[in-house]
Amino acid sequence: MPQYSDDFIRSILRSTKTIAMVGASGNEMRPSYFAMKYLLDKGFVIRPVNPGLAGKEILGQTVYASLRDVPAPIDMIDIFRSPDAAPAIVREALAEKDRLGVKTIWMQLGVINEEAAALARKAGLNVVMDRCPKIEYGRMSGEISWMGVNRKLIDNRKPLLFSKGGSLKR
Amino acid sequence: MSEYGFNTLSVHAGAQPDPATGARATPIYQTTSFVFEDADHAAALFNLQVFGNIYSRIMNPTNAVLEERIAALEGGRAGLAVASGHAAQLIVLHTLMQPGDEIVAARQLYGGSINQFSQGFAKFDWHVKWADTRDPDSFRAALTPKTKAIFIESIANPGGIVTDIEAVAGVAKQAGVPLVVDNTLASPYLIRPLEWGADIVVHSATKFLGGHGNSIAGLIVDGGKFDWGRDGKYPTLSEPCPSYHGMRLWETFGDMAFAIACRVLGLRDLGPALSPMNAFLVLTGIETLPLRMQRHCDNALAVARWLKENRRVAWVSYAGLEDDPSHGLQRTYSPKGAGAVFTFGVKGGYEAGVALVNGVKLFSHLANVGDTRSLIIHPASTTHRQLNDEQKKSAGAGPDVVRLSVGIENTEDIIADLDQALAAS
Repeated sequence: MPQYSDDFIRSILRSTKTIAMVGASGNEMRPSYFAMKYLLDKGFVIRPVNPGLAGKEILGQTVYASLRDVPAPIDMIDIFRSPDAAPAIVREALAEKDRLGVKTIWMQLGVINEEAAALARKAGLNVVMDRCPKIEYGRMSGEISWMGVNRKLIDNRKPLLFSKGGSLKR
Repeated sequence: MSEYGFNTLSVHAGAQPDPATGARATPIYQTTSFVFEDADHAAALFNLQVFGNIYSRIMNPTNAVLEERIAALEGGRAGLAVASGHAAQLIVLHTLMQPGDEIVAARQLYGGSINQFSQGFAKFDWHVKWADTRDPDSFRAALTPKTKAIFIESIANPGGIVTDIEAVAGVAKQAGVPLVVDNTLASPYLIRPLEWGADIVVHSATKFLGGHGNSIAGLIVDGGKFDWGRDGKYPTLSEPCPSYHGMRLWETFGDMAFAIACRVLGLRDLGPALSPMNAFLVLTGIETLPLRMQRHCDNALAVARWLKENRRVAWVSYAGLEDDPSHGLQRTYSPKGAGAVFTFGVKGGYEAGVALVNGVKLFSHLANVGDTRSLIIHPASTTHRQLNDEQKKSAGAGPDVVRLSVGIENTEDIIADLDQALAAS
């Protein structure tokens, strides 16, 4: 498992506002649907990308066929696809990088592709692999503690609350 | 930040200042239920799509602090708090087993566990094959295609035998089944089984974790490393779950899937929830676990050495003694001490054992271990009395056996009490 500092992950989650979720699913029992639902609740703007569902809606959000069709801005691209699909997605993201303002390539739990990561890093983007933004948000906010998960964090301050549960904003 | 030390984690892990009030000690959330923000939030919670609280049978914020703390102390991925150590064992096996399946378990277990496995679980058509905790190969010999787990105690109750966890973990790994370790008598202060290759840890938190003899509680820790997907051997985790619209827990929750399954299926359906009040008391106990456990070990070693020299004592089984058969394993697995629970044999057999428990004035004669107070019991007439003579012997609970759980009182007072009671017996 690649290692990232908590500060690195926290800074990405705090600065990201808009996420393109590549491989979003309309099936409400799929992991990508779980993550999208949770991140929408936390106030992120999510643009689902799935050519098979283009023009339809997932959780009230219009689905786009590819990153070329997604409206700007996009801070982060969250890859919910198999690892071998990652390099092509990153190339497409880099082609659209300036239009969208992409800052981070995030690959989901189980998605590790060093070629894709190297391409993104070379273009100056943040790269996270083999992590779920929902789980990391839950770790940083403390919400995942409700499921007894070892956050590997000690927090000596009272978390601020807003909307549905905790927030990283202070 | 996993770099924090054990003492720090004992005090802090899992606990934040209360989000609503800023309370620094963990509040006791003495409530059955939690309001939903709206119907959409309720649906998302029931679908497990968002983190949150629904009903205290399944989750509770006080219990959650205890769950995270034990997961941190054991070095695991996630924890689950339940009503008792027995409930922890029930829920772990409920997640792993189907009717007709088997576990291989050490025959040197707490007598209550032997009953639970051999009698209670047989009603679910779960079956147990026994092995010798001193002989890792005996676990391999007991494996069958139906084996779904191997179960051991890190330090076996009542004899204080230290199990070669790494060797048994090797057998489990080769067989493709998880190793479940009851770490009650060691506590993570002495032994962290996940570091030796175990996959799941269970506790009776009633004992050293709570430590004050005031609360019954059980804990489960998911190590997060076992591959539940292979061979379809663990359908509860790998196959679509009908009560969650066909969700696959392993696919959805990955390295915390086992702990989540124990919660959202085991606790939900079987119901042995821990009361938040008891979770609070166990949490308070854990804050001083490192201090108490070292004192327990130091006192126990002094008492065992004294007993060893006593002419009324036939033998002492304590891994901390240099000539004990478990001493080498104790040095490897539990170098800070051999725990506080051990057995010895009184000359004069069953009657002498009964006379001793009747003669003590400081020790409490009761069926628990891991209290601040020194405890004594004669297993053959109490905890192990349901077993037949052969089972008693193989469980280390023969007629002359006396079990001590040495407390944290002054060493000389503990020894003086045993001295007067042995002299009178």
